[in-house]
Amino acid sequence: MTRISREDLARRIAADIPEGSYVNLGIGAPTLVANYLPEDQEIILHTENGLLGMGPAPAADRVDPDLINAGKQPVTALAGAAYFHHADSFAMMRGGHLDVCVLGAFQVSQTGDLANWSTGAPGAIPAVGGAMDLAIGAKQVFVMTDLLTKQGESKLVAACTYPLTGVGCVTRIYTDHAIFDVTPDGFAVREAFGDNTVHSLSELTGLTLIAPEEA
Amino acid sequence: MIDKTFPDVEAAIAGIDDGSTVMIGGFGRAGQPVELIDALIAHGASDLTIVNNNAGNGDTGLAALLAKKRVRKIICSFPRQHDSWVFDGLYRAGEIELELVPQGNLAERIRAAGAGIGAFFSPTGVGTSLAEGKEAREIDGRQYVLEYPIRADFALVSALKGDRWGNLVFRETARNFGPIMATAATTTIAQVDEIVPLGSLDPESVVTPGIFVNRVVAVGARRWLDEGVFVGGVDIEGRPVDARAANTTEVDQ
Repeated sequence: MTRISREDLARRIAADIPEGSYVNLGIGAPTLVANYLPEDQEIILHTENGLLGMGPAPAADRVDPDLINAGKQPVTALAGAAYFHHADSFAMMRGGHLDVCVLGAFQVSQTGDLANWSTGAPGAIPAVGGAMDLAIGAKQVFVMTDLLTKQGESKLVAACTYPLTGVGCVTRIYTDHAIFDVTPDGFAVREAFGDNTVHSLSELTGLTLIAPEEA
Repeated sequence: MIDKTFPDVEAAIAGIDDGSTVMIGGFGRAGQPVELIDALIAHGASDLTIVNNNAGNGDTGLAALLAKKRVRKIICSFPRQHDSWVFDGLYRAGEIELELVPQGNLAERIRAAGAGIGAFFSPTGVGTSLAEGKEAREIDGRQYVLEYPIRADFALVSALKGDRWGNLVFRETARNFGPIMATAATTTIAQVDEIVPLGSLDPESVVTPGIFVNRVVAVGARRWLDEGVFVGGVDIEGRPVDARAANTTEVDQ
């Protein structure tokens, strides 16, 4: 079955973000989306540590320790950027002011539950950061992930077995095989890449899926 | 005459007793008041409860305070990072207590303390293990959990400039938790690069009004600024790039 690359998936997600959107890109793969946002459009990136209007990484000799993203990597501030403190930053998130956030996932359930902060493994040191606030705050919550784990298990599930990040919060899942919408009736295949079909995706996930024409 | 300035960091942190709750600003290394933390280590207070977004990076600042075993409990959102080996070791050995709080709830609980709010209902964490045992309520069809304020005896924050009335301005994303922590402590201590004369901070641009600040101490300019202008030449940890190549590949939250 066709699997598209992380870069192609990031490009695909970027194409779905309208001009004028306020967007938070989660750490890890979602940050790739920034590389493919159209340069001729204004899309404003939010980072929860206090910046709207985040720009790309600086040149090595222009790294500014005071100017970082949520992943603690050096970034730049675009013309028109604004700095703010943490309570304001999370008001933007929790208050529904962000249009889109893109997050990674361990699992997404067919009712839109998200598990992405902990595998619940015994002895693991827990760390949640802003994941729970992001998951429930943005108007649209996109998940960017491989469809299957390295062990071949589907990350789209009937019910999450990992600890939850948020309940009923995911609106769309972009995977290397296909794009899915979360609907009141379960996952709907929005777009299948290459030779993937609703039938093959049902086999991979073990779930009953809604075909695009039914969605 | 009001003069909140202190001559040195040792004098500025006086009075932090064993068992105090201390908020420490910063997101990772950005905005971490390292000079005040170093003075606190030298001061010797122990059995502390620390409130910070993280639980220390590398071996300096907050991590050094943890390494001295001065901290009984830490309240934070993201302790586990690629360079949090000090905390990791203490946690695995059962030598430090952890209260894990989603970052937005952490910020709002601090804000609530400073704003005189008794408690608030938050949608963050509903249905997750971090909301277990908390009072829940449905309001206008949405589920919320009750969250209580976090107050502190002391807040240690880092700002760019301050004046003798305690007005503060910050720099870029080093602002993060500083302004809200300043409101939530009985005694707020701000380290600044420079103490400027009263009237030289633009009142329209003051971020933390002096009413929230009790003590101000100057620690000198950060290495990547020259006369207030960014000159670069450092890595993400603020070390000269010649000394060690920048390492920015690890990702934490």
